[in-house]
Amino acid sequence: MNVSLILIILLVGAFITYFAGDKLASKVALFFSLAALGCSVVLLNHFNTGENISLINAWINQPKISFALNADGLALAMLLLTTALTPVIIFSSFGNEYKNAKAFYALILFMAFAMTGTFLAADGLLYYIFWELALVPIYFIALIWGNGDAEERRKAVVKFFIYTLAGSLFMLTAFIYLYQKAGSFLIEDLYKVQLSACEQLWIFLAFFLAYAIKIPIIPFHTWQANVYQKAPTVGTMLLSGIMLKMGLYSVIRWQLPIAPLAAKEYMNIFIALGIAGVIYGSIVALRQKDLKKLLAYSSLAHVGLIAAGSYTLTLDGFRGAVLQMIAHGFVVVGLFYAAEIIYRRFETRDIAALGGIRAQSPKFTSMFLILVLASVALPTTFNFIGEFTVLYSLSQINIWFAVLGGTTIILGAYYMLKMFQNVMLGETNSKTFADVSINEGISLAAIIAVLIFFGFYPKPITDLITPSLETILNVINKN
Amino acid sequence: MDTNLALVLVLAPFLGFLINVFFGKSLGKTVSGFIGTAAVAISFIVTLVLFNQITSTGKGIEVTLFDWIQISNLKINLGFLLDQLSVLWLLFVTGIGSLIHLYSISYMHDDENMHKFFAYLNLFVFFMITLVIGSNLLVLFIGWEGVGLCSYLLIGFWYKNQDYNDAAKKAFIMNRIGDLGLLIGMFIIGSMFSTLDYATLKTAIAGAANLNLPLLSLAALCLFIGACGKSAQIPLYTWLPDAMAGPTPVSALIHAATMVTAGIFMVTRLNFVFDLAVDVQTVIAVIGAITSLVAATIGLVQNDIKKVLAYSTVSQLGLMFLALGFGAYEVAVFHVITHAFFKACLFLGSGSVIHGLHGEQDMRNMGGLRKAMPITFWTMLISSLAISGVPFFSGFFSKDEILLTAFHHSIPLYVVGSVASIMTAFYMFRLMFLTFFKEFRGTEEQKHHLHESGALITFPLMILALLATFGGLISLPGNSWLNEYLAPLFTKVAGEEHHLGTTEYTLMGVAVLGGLLGILIAYIKYFKQDNVPEADENITGLTKVLYNKYYVDEAYEAIFVRPVNALSRFFRDYIETGLSAVVFGLGKAANELAFQGKKLQTGSIGLYLFAFVLGLCAIVSYIFLAQ
Repeated sequence: MNVSLILIILLVGAFITYFAGDKLASKVALFFSLAALGCSVVLLNHFNTGENISLINAWINQPKISFALNADGLALAMLLLTTALTPVIIFSSFGNEYKNAKAFYALILFMAFAMTGTFLAADGLLYYIFWELALVPIYFIALIWGNGDAEERRKAVVKFFIYTLAGSLFMLTAFIYLYQKAGSFLIEDLYKVQLSACEQLWIFLAFFLAYAIKIPIIPFHTWQANVYQKAPTVGTMLLSGIMLKMGLYSVIRWQLPIAPLAAKEYMNIFIALGIAGVIYGSIVALRQKDLKKLLAYSSLAHVGLIAAGSYTLTLDGFRGAVLQMIAHGFVVVGLFYAAEIIYRRFETRDIAALGGIRAQSPKFTSMFLILVLASVALPTTFNFIGEFTVLYSLSQINIWFAVLGGTTIILGAYYMLKMFQNVMLGETNSKTFADVSINEGISLAAIIAVLIFFGFYPKPITDLITPSLETILNVINKN
Repeated sequence: MDTNLALVLVLAPFLGFLINVFFGKSLGKTVSGFIGTAAVAISFIVTLVLFNQITSTGKGIEVTLFDWIQISNLKINLGFLLDQLSVLWLLFVTGIGSLIHLYSISYMHDDENMHKFFAYLNLFVFFMITLVIGSNLLVLFIGWEGVGLCSYLLIGFWYKNQDYNDAAKKAFIMNRIGDLGLLIGMFIIGSMFSTLDYATLKTAIAGAANLNLPLLSLAALCLFIGACGKSAQIPLYTWLPDAMAGPTPVSALIHAATMVTAGIFMVTRLNFVFDLAVDVQTVIAVIGAITSLVAATIGLVQNDIKKVLAYSTVSQLGLMFLALGFGAYEVAVFHVITHAFFKACLFLGSGSVIHGLHGEQDMRNMGGLRKAMPITFWTMLISSLAISGVPFFSGFFSKDEILLTAFHHSIPLYVVGSVASIMTAFYMFRLMFLTFFKEFRGTEEQKHHLHESGALITFPLMILALLATFGGLISLPGNSWLNEYLAPLFTKVAGEEHHLGTTEYTLMGVAVLGGLLGILIAYIKYFKQDNVPEADENITGLTKVLYNKYYVDEAYEAIFVRPVNALSRFFRDYIETGLSAVVFGLGKAANELAFQGKKLQTGSIGLYLFAFVLGLCAIVSYIFLAQ
């Protein structure tokens, strides 16, 4: 048994969903996403018993490209994030009607397929193919099923597509250069390539451009808020919950171990850039008028901290970053879902037009508040574990990094509670707001359960990712 | 057995919280209230068992549940430490907590969301217990932030009022500023000693050769910033008076008796760290003294009965920090306890008054309530005597010890503390005279309905008044049970204890006279001369400055809040669009380049040929010149 099974389930699922027709598409997609989740849990068990679930197959001989999937703890953690969030995201869309639903749901599964492939790929070119493949479905999802003015949406989405594609081309160039040196795209061969400091710097920067746009790290983030706002909520969830983690994951998996000298030389600059994103994102979030845009900037702030943690090149930084990637994935999906629930009832995301919802919907209010608190990393939520670990790792590099990065604790509370107050509290709204339906309640409750469980007991995940992070760290420190 | 006891202690209020969240509404108000009360009472009973165990064996209990967070050189357990300090704290947290829950059953009975109130209150007790019994700084931090959350929920309990919501938000954010300090302090300690566990840390510090004292002091300073947030010290105190927006039982429990003492708890817990950071101790003493004075001056002129008590709380907390700054931890703890008794009583008493007047909080519209509300009057009078330091009420002993300690270390700070104490006596009796004496100044309607509150309200008042009277017995000068009980916590020998000599008796006399002086002035001004404070628009001069709290809120607004918001708008409107334009510009430039390049392809063979020959010439001449 090996991890390719997941890819097969998702890909086949996408096809079957498409041919199942509009009526059944959502249910079929949910079924396959759950099957993929079940399969990843089974695989995790196999992995824990010590079984090798990785895979290397020769694929193309000239140039030498292999179909190599590497399932170590780190990849499995990301795999679980993807396969756990996909059903939640699909289920969350059940309250909405989509035109051409079969294509919509097929694209979601296809995107999950491509993202899973990105996390698992152990061959540079295969990885690159998955990486780019993931862009295609989200492009269509945002373009066709998005909201707002069609022309503006087209502009935002096309800009996003070209921008990320352009960034990735630099990464492709880097891979080709590396292939010349190593004669292989296999990750372990790339880890071994001896490069001069100068070569490493160029490789490092080429990777960085691709990742900085995807994550995004400031000042490469300009596509983000608009696309998050214009995409349908499902698309926003896929982007913010999973896709941006592709970039963060790749920093740890590809960029740092392949160009360790450059990483060590310039780490302070990149940590500072990440932290600048924390402060900048938080401040911009403060004055956003649109709920989804506010969440987009809050996301910018959080991923800035994750990136900063990754660039510390320490075990704590890596570990905190990965924990926070997972925690952020769940919380951000939950928050965007809450925004969607509000939109379904009031048909607006304009914060100024909201308010007075609490009196009408105690259940929704409680769940939304828990998500807000998780997002500001209250202890006993999963997000606290990640944020604390990252900040601790930053403090070991330079205490000022921790102080500046730590402002997220204050600013985050400021913009999130302000938003919560304006959206939920105050005199009862004149429009009626129905409390969460059963479907909505299940999705939110599932997310909250994950956040609180791992807030108390993060050990299973820490134990899963630590050995592989140590391996990567060894590669970095060997040269 | 010990593990089970500890779990019952923590989980009983949590269970109460869950029951009230999920079933509170269907259980009905009274049942939900009694379940909430019982949950805390169970914790109180467990605490009594633990207390009994500790006083007989003299040993604390450590319970480790499981590994919580793994960091390379730190291993952080979810564990509890039940020793002298935490059990003492638990006694008044759960004891007073039970009384206030009981009180709330009656006080909140008209509120449609009463079950939620009890849920939040139970959740608060759960987090407060966690804060107190955590065996390391990070478990303390769970409680620390958790009580902050409950404070947020309860200040904003009446969420339809956006002013209250603002107050709640402000409390949370200001506390978080302190929390960042606490986190940074933890990071420094963690990297210095590879542990956040109190017991291990104590041994590590005791055994360390070549301690990096400046770094340790920095850590202590950061931790103190955390304490400033939670315990409302300058410059992070402005949230506490606003927190009075919450229902009065909340003010009594959270914003007077328990949560706000968390900073003092933490400093006392880490006494072995602060003992080594002498400069930081000085900072603590100075900040404490200044806070006590500044808050007292503001309290002199407030007309909202709860505001007076709120500033009084800030001021009293300042006195406790004054003691901490001199390393007199047991003295600070003593005052924490007596203050919990009399301040809880005062707040609950004010709640009884407010309840009786259907929400009136302005003392200018009170007066003469003595006859209609005798129990409330007498219990509040006792507590006022206690806080004013009248012999032999509890506050007399604890405040006296603080001033005595200050006198031995720093005369200026002693003077500051004494002046604050005189002011305290004045404004407390100003409150008493305005509220309970002379004629009633409210409406006829209110006058008609004046009545003493029910037994659920008066019973807790009487218990607390009793404690406020006799609480001083736990630490009599020269024969202190408390100091002996707490002795295992502190590294220094109890040689600091002051023998009662002439100086001490003189100081005591001065303090008592000061207190009586304050009361006398209040008596003359508000009883003899029958003054009633001016209406808001007639307040002028210094009084106006004090009445408006030195305009500190306005200053913070101008210095921090508005600039951040302006920056946010600037980023949003200019930087964001600017960056966007740059990216777009790059795309456009590429497009433009292609467009210009396209022009070259005119299809004219002649032009191509010309370019070809030109190029050829260039290459040939280059090769030629290169040779």
